[in-house]
Amino acid sequence: MAELSLEFGAVSRTVERETVTSQAAQLSDEALLEAVARSDEAALAELYDRFGRIAYGLALRVLRDSALAEDAVQDAFLNVWRSAERFEAGRAKASTWVLTFVHRRAVDLVRREERRRTEPEEAAPEPAGPGADEDVERRSKREIVQDALRRLPPEQREAIELAYYGGYTQSELAERLGEPLGTIKSRMFTGLQRLRALLDEAGFEAAAP
Amino acid sequence: MSQEPHDLVAPYALGALDDEERVEFERHLADCADCRAQLAELEEASTALAYAESAAPPPALRERILEAARAENGKVVQFPRRRWLLPATAAAAAAAAVVAIGVGLWASSLSRDLDRERSANAGYARAFQLLGGGAEVTQLADAEGGLLVAPDGEAALVVCGLQLAPKDKTYEAWVIEGETPRPAGLFRGGGGCPPVLLERKVRPGTQVAVTLERKGGATRPTGSIVVRSEAV
Repeated sequence: MAELSLEFGAVSRTVERETVTSQAAQLSDEALLEAVARSDEAALAELYDRFGRIAYGLALRVLRDSALAEDAVQDAFLNVWRSAERFEAGRAKASTWVLTFVHRRAVDLVRREERRRTEPEEAAPEPAGPGADEDVERRSKREIVQDALRRLPPEQREAIELAYYGGYTQSELAERLGEPLGTIKSRMFTGLQRLRALLDEAGFEAAAP
Repeated sequence: MSQEPHDLVAPYALGALDDEERVEFERHLADCADCRAQLAELEEASTALAYAESAAPPPALRERILEAARAENGKVVQFPRRRWLLPATAAAAAAAAVVAIGVGLWASSLSRDLDRERSANAGYARAFQLLGGGAEVTQLADAEGGLLVAPDGEAALVVCGLQLAPKDKTYEAWVIEGETPRPAGLFRGGGGCPPVLLERKVRPGTQVAVTLERKGGATRPTGSIVVRSEAV
């Protein structure tokens, strides 16, 4: 009896959710996170629809294993679900906030697995490539970022890629590249600043899609 | 070379700090408006790095995430900080109940993964079964989390926010029977609240403690206690 009414409740919630989904689609990323903080499932679904592809691509690049990448994305979105109320729109962009969870979880897993293999010379894996289902705007963002990275001085690019996609810590990088820690830190700093200038020039904006 | 916290903004933005450095830098960040401003600028670039890749996730992932979120029903799984509650026994008892419910919710969200056979999930799976089997939850004295002990003494230790052990070290759990600590398993810490299944049964009157030991573990604790449970 109790189970039956539970089932019924689930069905009516589904209907409700579909209506709400169309509303969630109208919200900015930030407003969406605020809705997630109010435990709005439709908002979480919309957030996933906006960032899931970037999140999975990133996790896959770091982890190079689809099962682990799925774990990382799932953990990250559940973390978003649990802690969205801590998001402060004034302090960070929603995209940064969400993607930091994904990146951190992926790096955490790769450090544990010790399967870091990203080499700067190595071409990025193209698991799906610019597939037919990738929309134009997303593809253009991807191309802008890849192009900006290519235009960085090689040592800066190397430090950034090994850290961000390889999951290496600054100390590991210093050891691996045989450079003082200070040099690594300043390559990261200068590299990120230059990257930001290049992205600005190209009109890149980190928001979904 | 000593590290000026200021220099860590870029490595932090890239996620290139180890757990210890990150926690320390975040502490600094709370008091340093300049660092926060600089971080906001650098994060525009570091977040963009995520956009260099894009791949379609398996379609089932979406529903798995939504289902897990639904199972939590929006309730934040929050372990009370035991520290605040030390003086008040009644409050501690109430907190224990919250932990029990919290762990239950959290475990039910993870139970959906049980069929996936990930080693990382095996601990969660077992912890969930322990709860289902009427495990008692005992508070930790100096960390968030709890100790789950099944009626037969099988136990899982859930510690939240324990930093990843340094490479040459490991955390070691101990079951303290009377005055004697007996080794109960090694683990690495880090990453949320991973349950650690203890290799030794936990009997009434004993306590569980964790120390940081040399890689490979020790037969007697040499490090100081980082986490300790109340008496079971």
